[in-house]
Amino acid sequence: MTTAVASPPASPTQDFRAWLDQTRWARPLVFALAATAILSISRIIADAPDMTSGSTFAAAIGASAPILLAGLGGLYSERAGIVNIGLEGMMIMGTWFAGWAGYQWGPWAALVWGGIGGMLGGGLHALATVTFGVDHIVSGFAINIIAPGLCRYLSSVLFVGRGDGTITQSPHMKGDIGTFTLPFLSGGSFFGWKTPDPLGWIDDQRWFFVSDVAGLLKGFTTEMAWTTVVALLLIPFTVYLVWHTAFGLRLRSSGERPGAAYSLGVPVYRVRYAAVLISGFVAGLGGAWLAIDVKGYNQDQTAGRGYQGLAALIFGNYRPVGTFGGAGVFAYSQALTQRIGTAPVLALFVVAAIIFALLGLRLCSKGQFLGGIVALAVAALAGWYYSVTDKVNNQLVFITPYVVVLIVLAFASQHLRPPAWDGRPWRKGME
Amino acid sequence: MKSRIFYALAAPVIAAVLAIAVSSIALLIAGHSPVETFQTMWQYLDSADSLVNIINRAVPYYIAGVAVAIGFKMGLFNIGADGQYRLAALIAAAAGAAVSLPAPIHVLFVLVVAVAVGGAWAAVAGILKVTRGVNEVVSTIMLNFIATGISAFLLAEYFRDNTATLVAQTKELPRSAWVPSLNRLLEAFGYHLPQGTILEGFLIGAIIVGIGYYVVVWRSRFGFELRTTGINPAAARSAGVNPKAMILKAIVLSGMVAGLIGMGPLLTDPQLHRYADTFPTAIGFTGIAIALLGRNNPAGIAVAAFVWAALERGGQALPPIGVPQEIVKILQGTLLLTAVIAFEVVRRFASAAQVREAAAQSGSRASSTPVAVAAS
Repeated sequence: MTTAVASPPASPTQDFRAWLDQTRWARPLVFALAATAILSISRIIADAPDMTSGSTFAAAIGASAPILLAGLGGLYSERAGIVNIGLEGMMIMGTWFAGWAGYQWGPWAALVWGGIGGMLGGGLHALATVTFGVDHIVSGFAINIIAPGLCRYLSSVLFVGRGDGTITQSPHMKGDIGTFTLPFLSGGSFFGWKTPDPLGWIDDQRWFFVSDVAGLLKGFTTEMAWTTVVALLLIPFTVYLVWHTAFGLRLRSSGERPGAAYSLGVPVYRVRYAAVLISGFVAGLGGAWLAIDVKGYNQDQTAGRGYQGLAALIFGNYRPVGTFGGAGVFAYSQALTQRIGTAPVLALFVVAAIIFALLGLRLCSKGQFLGGIVALAVAALAGWYYSVTDKVNNQLVFITPYVVVLIVLAFASQHLRPPAWDGRPWRKGME
Repeated sequence: MKSRIFYALAAPVIAAVLAIAVSSIALLIAGHSPVETFQTMWQYLDSADSLVNIINRAVPYYIAGVAVAIGFKMGLFNIGADGQYRLAALIAAAAGAAVSLPAPIHVLFVLVVAVAVGGAWAAVAGILKVTRGVNEVVSTIMLNFIATGISAFLLAEYFRDNTATLVAQTKELPRSAWVPSLNRLLEAFGYHLPQGTILEGFLIGAIIVGIGYYVVVWRSRFGFELRTTGINPAAARSAGVNPKAMILKAIVLSGMVAGLIGMGPLLTDPQLHRYADTFPTAIGFTGIAIALLGRNNPAGIAVAAFVWAALERGGQALPPIGVPQEIVKILQGTLLLTAVIAFEVVRRFASAAQVREAAAQSGSRASSTPVAVAAS
C-alpha cells in the first residue's frame, strides 16, 4: 500500500544537523550563541568582565560596519562573476567624496556622495573587466593604485585653503549623524519619555552567559550611529535583492554560468555592469561611514578595510550574514584594542585556545589526526602564552583576526563555494 | 614580423597618450597649464643628478617587478611581495648587525638571510594553496597584514636599537656589510658624477636578478615547465609536470626575489644602513604595477621601473611652479590602467588578425585543392 521506505530513527545529532541545514536562520544563530558562550567562558577565566559588555559589543558592531559594507559590495560583484579586489580603492573614493560633500551639506549628503564616489571606481572596474576583458585582479589592483593618488590630487585642488582642509584631510564635516537606541529594551527615549533599560541591567549583573547575551543584544540596540543602522539594514536588503528577485537570479546566473544565462536571454554584460556599479556604491558607503565617523576625510583612513571586507566575504562563504560574521571577527579585536586595557586583550588568547582545542578534538574524532594535533598544539601554545604573559604587545593583537581568518580559510576552503565563474574570463559567444 | 613589432609598440604608445591626455584634463580642470607642467618635469629630469636618482629609485622597483613577474608567469598573483620584503629586510638588518664578518661575506650573509626569509614567508602562502586550496591572492593579503604586525612586534620587542631615542630602528649595520657606491667604477671609465650624487651599488644586484630571471624562466627546463603551466595547466600536467610542486616552487622563488627588494636601501643607501620606520613602504605593490607595465619581460620591467621612477622624480619639480605633485600619481595610475586595457585590446586585435590570416591562407588552399585533384 505504501512504498515509503522507513527511515532509521534519527539520532538527536542528526535531527540537529537537519534543522541546521533546513532552517535559514539556524546557522547564524547557533554561531552567534556559540561565539558568545566561548567569549563568556574566556572572560571568566581571564577575569575580564568588560570583554562582553554592551559597550564593547556596541563598539565592535560599529567597527564592523565599514568592513561589512566593503564585503557586501564585494558580494554583488563576485556573485555576478567579477572578482573585486578594487574594493579598497572604491572605499577610498567613498571617503573622499563623503568628506567633500559632508563639509558642505552634512552627513547624510556625505553618505550618498560617498556611495557615488565608490560607484565611479566601480564604473572604471566594470569598463575594464566587462567591456575590455582585462583580468579582474589586475583591474582591481589598478583601481587601488589610482584611488589614493586621485584623492590626494583632488584634495590639493579642492580642500587646501578651505576651512581646516589640507592635502590630507577635508574641512570639518557639518552636523551630526545622530544615534539610535531602542526604547523599552535598551533605554531609548519613546516620544520624549526615557524608557527603562532592562538589557543594560542584565548586562551589568555579569551573570554567566545570560549577561553576555544581554550585552550582545545591547550592543545591537544602543547608541548605534544611523550609518551603522543603514549598513545592518543592507544585510536583509541584499538577501532580498540577490536571492529573491528576478534581477538577483540574473546576477547570480551571470556569476555561475554566464554562457548559459546569455543563451536564455540574460543580458550578461549589462547585469555585470549593474552589479559592479552597485558593488562600488556599497563599498563607497563603507568609505563614507569612516568619514562620517570622524567627521571628515582623512588620507589612509580606510587602513586596509577594503581587503578585510574581501576576506570577510570569503570567510562568510559569499553570503551576507556570513560576511557580517567575518567582519565581526576583524571588528571585535579592533574594538578590544581600542577601548580597553590589556586584560581583555590577553583573554583573546584564551579564546584562541578554546577554539583550537575544540577544532583539534573535532578533527581527531573525524580521524584527521595530523590537522587535529596541529590544532591542539596551537591551543596549547595559546594557553601557554596566556599563562606566562601579563602584558601583551598590541601588534600581536593586531594580527589575531588575520591569523584567525587565514586558519579558518585553511580548514574551510574545501567547504567554501565561490560562484562557479568568479574571475574567469567570459566574452559574448563563449560557452 | 613587421606587424608583430607594430602590435608590441601599439599598446604602450596608446597607453602613454591616453595617460597624458587624462592627466592634462585633470591639470586643466585645476587651472594649470599641461604644457608648462610637462616641460618643467622634462627639464628637471634632463641632468646627470636626476638620472642617477632615477636609477637608484628604480633598483628596488625592478627587483619587485621581477618578483611579481615570476608569479605571473605561472599564473599566480603574488600580492604578498610587500610583506615578504619588509619581513626579510627587518630580519636581515637585525641578523647583519648582530654578527661580524669580513666584508664580502658579510654582505653575502645579509643577502642570504633576506632571500631565505622572503622565500619562507612566501612558502606559507604556497603551502596553504597546495595543501588546503586557499587562493594565494587572499592568503598573501592576509600575510601582508600579519607581516606588518610581526615586524612591528619584532622591532619593538627584540631588534630595537636601545641607544636610539624615539625612533624604532635596528642597530646600524657594521661597515663590512655596506655595499660601496659605483662612483669609483664610473670614474674608472671617465665619468665624473656631480658632488653629492651617489650611484648606489645594488644596481649590480638588480642586473644580476634580471639576468637570472631571464636565464631561469626562458632558458631552463624549470622555466619552460613554469611557463607551460602558466599558459595551459592541463597540457603541462599531461606532459608530466607536477602542478603542486610547480606552484610551491614558483611562489617560493617569487618570495626569495622579493626578499631582495629592500636590500638596495639597506645595504647601499648612505642614509639608512638599518631597518627603521622610515624604510620605504609599499614597494611590493609598486612591483605589481611595474610587472604589469613591463609585461613580465626582463627588459620591459626595466623600462617600466625606469619610467615609474622618472615620473616620481619629475614630480619633485612641480611644487615650485604651483602644480600639485600628486598629478604624478594620476599619471602613473592611468598609465597602468590604460596599459592593461590597451594590452588586452591589442592582443585580441592581433589574434583576430592572425585568425583572419590563417583563414585566408587555408581558404585559398581549399579552393585550389579540388582544382589540383581534378587536374591530376
